[in-house]
Amino acid sequence: MTLDLETLSLIAVYSAMVMYTLAFIAFTVDLARRSAPAPVAVEASVGQVAAASGRTSLLEKLATDAPAEGPPRASRAMRLAIGFTIIGWALHAVAVVLRGIAAGYAPWSNMYGFALTATAIIVGVFLLVQFWQDLKFLGAYIVGFCLAFLGLATVNFYVAVAPQPPALQSAWLVIHVFVAILGTSFFALGGGLSFVQLLQARREARGGEGFRFLATLPDAEKLENLAYRLILVGFVFWTFTLIAGAVWAERAWGRYWGWDTKEVWTFIIWTIFAGYIHARATRGWRGSRSAWLAIVGFAAVMFNFTVVNLFFKGLHAYSGL
Amino acid sequence: MSSSRPSDHIDSAPVDPSIQQPALGFVGYLRFFWRQLTSMRTALFLLLLLAFAAIPGSLVAQRSSDPNGVIQYKIDHPDLYPILDSLQVFNTYTSIWFSSIYLLLFVSLIGCIVPRSIHHFKALRARPPKTPARLKRLAGYRSTDVETDAASAIDTARAHLKKLGYRTELYPTAATGSTGASYSVSAERGYLRETGNLVFHTALVGILVSVAIGGSFGYSGQRVVVEGQKFVNVLGDYDSFNPGRFFESDVLEPYRISLDKFDATYELKNKQAIGQATDYSAHVTTTTPDGTDAKSTIKVNEPLAIGGTDVFLLGNGYAPTIVIRDPEGNVVWTDSTPFLPQDAHLTSLGVMKIPDGLSEQLGLVGFFYPTAAKLPSGALTSGFPELLDPLLTLRAYTGDLGLDAGVPKSVYQLVTDGMTPIAGGDAPTPALQLKVGETVDLPDGLGTIELTDVKRFVSLDIHRDPSQVWVLTFAILILAGLFTGLFIPRRRVWVKATARADGVVTLEYAGLARGEDPRLETAVADIAAAHSKQLGLKVEP
Repeated sequence: MTLDLETLSLIAVYSAMVMYTLAFIAFTVDLARRSAPAPVAVEASVGQVAAASGRTSLLEKLATDAPAEGPPRASRAMRLAIGFTIIGWALHAVAVVLRGIAAGYAPWSNMYGFALTATAIIVGVFLLVQFWQDLKFLGAYIVGFCLAFLGLATVNFYVAVAPQPPALQSAWLVIHVFVAILGTSFFALGGGLSFVQLLQARREARGGEGFRFLATLPDAEKLENLAYRLILVGFVFWTFTLIAGAVWAERAWGRYWGWDTKEVWTFIIWTIFAGYIHARATRGWRGSRSAWLAIVGFAAVMFNFTVVNLFFKGLHAYSGL
Repeated sequence: MSSSRPSDHIDSAPVDPSIQQPALGFVGYLRFFWRQLTSMRTALFLLLLLAFAAIPGSLVAQRSSDPNGVIQYKIDHPDLYPILDSLQVFNTYTSIWFSSIYLLLFVSLIGCIVPRSIHHFKALRARPPKTPARLKRLAGYRSTDVETDAASAIDTARAHLKKLGYRTELYPTAATGSTGASYSVSAERGYLRETGNLVFHTALVGILVSVAIGGSFGYSGQRVVVEGQKFVNVLGDYDSFNPGRFFESDVLEPYRISLDKFDATYELKNKQAIGQATDYSAHVTTTTPDGTDAKSTIKVNEPLAIGGTDVFLLGNGYAPTIVIRDPEGNVVWTDSTPFLPQDAHLTSLGVMKIPDGLSEQLGLVGFFYPTAAKLPSGALTSGFPELLDPLLTLRAYTGDLGLDAGVPKSVYQLVTDGMTPIAGGDAPTPALQLKVGETVDLPDGLGTIELTDVKRFVSLDIHRDPSQVWVLTFAILILAGLFTGLFIPRRRVWVKATARADGVVTLEYAGLARGEDPRLETAVADIAAAHSKQLGLKVEP
């Protein structure tokens, strides 16, 4: 029975990956369409406004003014992409739940389980955030990232369900790790926005030269504000995870802080994002510089999960590999 | 963190470098350096430097968490080791350079908290500021012309703002020239934002102080206890002991912990994980100094709290009980020696030293296999961590054990230099092999050796850290401060009613963000809409 659920979970993972692949293609098509001249339907609606001007100038105007006139209706590719993502995410969630039932505990105590759950939560947060702000243009990045990560983890880190070792038998595992993943999700979104912000700022500095799809996205300042607000949420989660980890460490290892490699990197990430938040209030650090900090911070989060888990010695040696 | 400004305040434009600065005196320089240190730029620089400086400690083994790793590093990199060691890389987090960064950062932090607290304290008692003469350029500005009474319209607005949690103040202005008399309410909310901010930063200082002080009064110690043995919480009964700087031995409460039984459960069903531990439970009897006995269980995630200390279950293994007799059959030595586990199936390594009672001093180095199995190479190994088919193999040495030289020796190590192997290794006799209950002869007619029993042992960590509660309290304050400091918007809102000559009153609404406030415009619009409704006006889109 246990094996059956585990296999079913794996089937669900592969199905989710197929859906994510389709979603990724559709998101990319959408980005490509954004670079192309605007479709005829939209052209007609502004046609009357700029009837006097020629066709070329009309298109230019359309391209630069679109975001200011509110979010344009999502393209068909975008709607397909979101649909695939939702189906993929549902399958992904089923995979997590099945693995959890097969194991009999929260399924994130080894590297594969963590990657499985983390990617599910990141995609989930991405979908939920759309209710707050239209960040669907990050879809190719988020879904592509999660697909790659999930694929790599399934191929390289897969381990069969095993009983929970005594050191991990604690409610803190559920809280500490879950909140860490939530924080990571928001950092991922913030990092992506900061990257687009850098592209957008470069394009703005060159007077509109650069990737054409950027014209359909918010301006650099708006992107910076959005990134900032997402990273604030991520930072609060990260602070909580740090504290929860210390409380757990105190119970399991007898000290709340011991500069274990994982503790060090969690601290480094916390410090980088604290710096990011302060950078906004520092002369000369707003804009692109703080965007770099956000990207470096997210890179550190990824480093913490991959390189630190696999190659560094420490007490958090639970990769199961 | 520049003084007396909200954290998200943006510094002004850079000073024109062409301006001639006056010469600074000594005090002037001090003030200059203090300003530099407490500026936001310096704080940001120190923060990022701290993150960077923490990296080496994760790349290289640390003396505090992995002393054996440091020794191994010294062996593996004999050239690099002295350089890194002189740079204190093996003690990164207590090194001079790491400490100076965080101490500077905290000085900068305090230099920022103090003036800001004073400023905030004053702001808390001050009235909201005077309404600006021109509201038009402020955020969310809107205006409507209505036929109403200016003074009572402002009273309505004030009541509404108060209900929303704003602190309010009325500012009437007399008519001047072309403009008629105006009434206005100035309102401010979100003082908790700055309070939270200050609480957050103060709690950071609090944590640092608690850790520094708590670490000096606390201690930690380790002790290995075999089933049936007991540990008494006095200095001499610890195997190792690390006191804080201000530790005094009279804080040790002489309680007693006896290990009655140790249970380990291993996975049997799941084929992928056979032999993996699923539970460790140490069943103990505790006796407090007043003589009260109690039974408890210590598990990996469930330490035992006793006598102001926490007792943690950190490790476990097997302790074979050996009896050694002289050729006449008199017992000369008997003990249950803890063998250190070497792998997941508890292949264990142990050392016994028998200085007296036999014709020569005897040293034994042994491997213990709880479930003996043979590797394809013919070497022995353990196939399962439980005692299914236990086997003890011993190499024996005679000669000087080095115990009389007065030099401290590890009980887990036997220095065989200068000793003669008599069984196993290069000796003519192969290694001795014993199952439980078996007795074998020692070579050269030295005597006999018997394996009577195999017990479990646990290694306990005993900690006392009086600062824990403080650290936790400050940690909770950090979270609370972070929440309020980041998510409560601080904003000012003004509602102004100006009577015109024709009897029509112009109502104006505007807001000002003090720090991050993405919803300010919506808030002003909502206030204007609610006000119109209260005045009985149609709400304009």
